[in-house]
Amino acid sequence: MSPPPLVAHGLGKRFRRDWALRDLTLTIPKGAIVGLAGPNAAGKSTLLSLAAGLLAPSEGSISVLGDDPLRTPEVLAEIGYVAQGAPLYRSFRVADTIEYARRTNSRWDREIAVELLTRIDSRTKVGALSAGERARLALALALGKRPRLILLDEPFASLDPLACRELLQQLMDGVAELGATVVVASHVVADIQRVCDHIVLLSGGCVRLEGDVEELLESHRLLTGPRRPLGSIRGVREVVRERYSGRQLTLLAVTDGPIVDPSWTVEPVSLEELLLAYMAPERLPVVRKMERVQLRWHG
Amino acid sequence: MIEFHLDPQSGVATYLQIVRQVKDALRLGTLDVGDQLPTVREVVADLAVNPNTVAKAYRELEHEGLVVARQGRGTFIAGTLAHASVEHHAELREAFERWLTAALRAGLDEESIRALVSTTLRESLARRVA
Repeated sequence: MSPPPLVAHGLGKRFRRDWALRDLTLTIPKGAIVGLAGPNAAGKSTLLSLAAGLLAPSEGSISVLGDDPLRTPEVLAEIGYVAQGAPLYRSFRVADTIEYARRTNSRWDREIAVELLTRIDSRTKVGALSAGERARLALALALGKRPRLILLDEPFASLDPLACRELLQQLMDGVAELGATVVVASHVVADIQRVCDHIVLLSGGCVRLEGDVEELLESHRLLTGPRRPLGSIRGVREVVRERYSGRQLTLLAVTDGPIVDPSWTVEPVSLEELLLAYMAPERLPVVRKMERVQLRWHG
Repeated sequence: MIEFHLDPQSGVATYLQIVRQVKDALRLGTLDVGDQLPTVREVVADLAVNPNTVAKAYRELEHEGLVVARQGRGTFIAGTLAHASVEHHAELREAFERWLTAALRAGLDEESIRALVSTTLRESLARRVA
């Protein structure tokens, strides 16, 4: 069996005296499309830079596709990394940029790069492309390497909804073709919730929540009912967030069985709401890893 | 051919939404044995969804015996859900429309009707299971 595409053990990165990332331990499963979520300065870019071999860890270790990206730089040929803002040479034409990528990559699939770049005139200078076109060009270059691991840092920032959707389609089309594992960092949950099947939520340099999206959604419920003192509720293992409004009480809870008390209205929770709840400041001291607990229940 | 649509706010897993839409189409008779489902790449290109999710939905349908995957050709409908119930649809729909008319006359708006229907459905099914 091939090694997991990304494994971190006690990974930390310090810039001068500040820790950007601390005690990060996780394993990204092969073929997953991972949403790396979290507010600004959560450590998302630092994690991707460590994975892409652009930074050295201050403590702990990271391995991508079974190798240390700093000690075994050959593994970088298997990684498609697009940094924040999709940096490209603005004075190059699109065709020059693709040619440059062909010459600088040992493995290069022109077909896939060009196929994914429909509707962009190859004679245009990169500096004259729209933000959406530039993002698609950068992604096409990353996919042209036929990578096994794709790392994207805030690819949707500054894109309008239509450009966002087009970029997402291009990415998913590429993934369908390559069968690659993807890690997409985004502080806007709505941009990634459509596609990601695994979530890593960072905040303040630590993992707040990690796991399979379906299992997370299955194990969490929104309970709404009349305001009351909070005792233990049958079927609820843990309350993640409680909110009072007037006489109503809304709980976001981890369930471990059916909620039998009929005074609760029980509803599923959206990924966005779930992540916001775990990002809330009052939860900051708590570091959870959903994988370790039994999530499925049969009611 | 069936076209899928997604409601990302629904809280229902994407693969389940696809599974349900195929089953709904089978129940309503808009999909029938031999019909082809769109390929994974077609769905991905259309909806910008995760290819693993589409593949999972198709595997689930295959597991339930509703579709078969033919290597290199695509996924085809192999089973049906319409058989027993479809003949009752018209009659039930008529009764439901009479109920809707009564509800509107009683002053319920669309949201109240939806709330009433979904809570009644949920509670009534839960009673039957219990």
